[in-house]
Amino acid sequence: MPSLLDQQNAEPGVDDLSKPGVSPPVIAPGYDFAQVTDKIANVVLTTRTPWSWIAGFLIAFGIMNILMLAVGYLFVKGTGIWGINIPVGWGFAIINFVWWIGIGHAGTLISAILLLFKQSWRTSINRFAEAMTLFAVCCAGMFPLIHTGRPWLAAYWLLPYPNTMTLWPQFRSPLIWDVFAVSTYLTVSFLFWYTGLIPDVASLRDKAKNPIAKFFYGIMSMGWRGSARHWHRYEYAYLLLAGLSTPLVLSVHTVVSWDFAVSVIPGWHTTIFPPYFVAGAIYSGFAMVLTLAIPIREAYNMKDFITDRHLNNMAKVMLATGLIVGYGYMTEAFFGWYSANKYESFMILNRMTGPYAPTYWALIFCNIITPQALWFKKVRSNVPLLFVISLIVNVGMWLERFVIVITSLHRDFLPSSWGLYHPTIWDWATYIGTLGLFITLLFLFIRVLPMISIFEVRALLPQAKVKAEA
Amino acid sequence: MKPTGIYGLMAEFDTADELVDAGRKAYSEGYRKLDAYSPFPIEALDEAIGIPHTILPWLVFFGGLLGGAAGYSLEYWTQVIHLPFIIGGKPLHSWPNFIPVWFETTVLGASLTAVIGMLGLNGLPLPYHPVFNIDEFLNHAQKDKFFLVIESKDPRFNLDSSKKFLSSLSPANVWEVPN
Repeated sequence: MPSLLDQQNAEPGVDDLSKPGVSPPVIAPGYDFAQVTDKIANVVLTTRTPWSWIAGFLIAFGIMNILMLAVGYLFVKGTGIWGINIPVGWGFAIINFVWWIGIGHAGTLISAILLLFKQSWRTSINRFAEAMTLFAVCCAGMFPLIHTGRPWLAAYWLLPYPNTMTLWPQFRSPLIWDVFAVSTYLTVSFLFWYTGLIPDVASLRDKAKNPIAKFFYGIMSMGWRGSARHWHRYEYAYLLLAGLSTPLVLSVHTVVSWDFAVSVIPGWHTTIFPPYFVAGAIYSGFAMVLTLAIPIREAYNMKDFITDRHLNNMAKVMLATGLIVGYGYMTEAFFGWYSANKYESFMILNRMTGPYAPTYWALIFCNIITPQALWFKKVRSNVPLLFVISLIVNVGMWLERFVIVITSLHRDFLPSSWGLYHPTIWDWATYIGTLGLFITLLFLFIRVLPMISIFEVRALLPQAKVKAEA
Repeated sequence: MKPTGIYGLMAEFDTADELVDAGRKAYSEGYRKLDAYSPFPIEALDEAIGIPHTILPWLVFFGGLLGGAAGYSLEYWTQVIHLPFIIGGKPLHSWPNFIPVWFETTVLGASLTAVIGMLGLNGLPLPYHPVFNIDEFLNHAQKDKFFLVIESKDPRFNLDSSKKFLSSLSPANVWEVPN
């Protein structure tokens, strides 16, 4: 039976620190089971909410209300309040959708793919990365819903349900594949996250003094008692979920890329789109995990669990995926030239020199040039610098989607139908509002649930090691 | 038939090693209605107290097949039978276009089966269990201590001799667990 524990025990212990060439342990030495539990659980179970939490939450909640306003006004007026028109019929809604979905992918990568690859360092970051996935997918899901302007009238072509018109969604279209991919992704991400939470919530249940908290955690933990027979099935379920999530996460962004690639628009109709989108998704997701992990470990003093080694590893993943994305940009330019198709080559030229050229070059700067700094160990271990780089990559990946969507649409085959796209204040309000929603959800999560997987960190400790023969 | 009014006997250990060792000894002593409790999964316990291999992977396999079949049937029935509608000159049964949704529903069926199956086989949710009657268990089982329980249902269970046996394993404590 493949074991979570074996791989974790394969990690160098405290004793190995002196040996050269051995990475430091993923958890700072000197902790025992109780201390790990208390340190992580006390963040949640304390009765004193830190002022920084209240301030941060209020700011995020305020920004979220911008979203409420923007969506409320949208429902009153319709999509005419946005900058979209012919020829650019896809604007911020699809850009933000792709951006948010991509961010979610790092959470699944950390929790599922790194588990399968036996990367035990994932353990202290997987919980909040999964939460990040869940909330990012919620933000992403907002856009396909609201971009119809009247979502309550649009259900019949999004979801297959028996309706009075006896119509069904068109299953030959990538747009309906998207509905299935994203809703499955949301469900499976939730299952994964919740399954991981059960033993930890049981710890909180037994530790909580407040009867309301005890009741709430009691319900959530389903009566988990840590039985070896339960753990046996639990580990299987967890491993199977990881195995199922891995192809799922690849399929989700592949399907998203098909929304573009199945069309005939120059710059979209290319076979490179699926891998290029998946790499971009992981790239932006890791940038977001860093953007979140750095302030969180600072604010909650979690540096012993989210160590510099974690940041270093995440920076390496970012560099690697960033290079794949850079390769994607080069291939696109190569296609433009090598295809000898004048629409393709014009599209690339227009992208580099046309009215949206500044966004293209900004994206090259953010996504290709900046991350090259991550080659240097000095940069990877400089936390503030890493934080800045992660922010730049987040912006860069948003610009990438902007460039893909807008530059391809605004000048297609017929010069007579060319036009420009300018986002309106409502486009920006909706986008910024979803950032507020995302951060609000994260703040709530950090306050009521353990942000680091307690039981998995326990299993990482050297004392968890069981001798082969007793 | 319960020979006594108790659920079983519980022994507490300080380390995972001691628990695995005690579990192995209890199993070789002939006890079968055994359970071990630990704050994190311990692989060695599976073999030590003779936990049979779970059928969960098979359930997940069939859950996936069922999900995929449901997804594909939905596509086939809506696109070919109920609303035959030709789009872009493609055949009604354009199976390559049906693959993505079939794939997603397969993953969905398998994942739901994995979680619901795991909980179901574990008998969860279960609001009450006798082991929670022991305060030490309540305070430490989900945190830092390790427990071995011999249920009174075990044919070899005898309050006195079983207690003597558990005490011989040098536990930190031994309790009778009321039902």
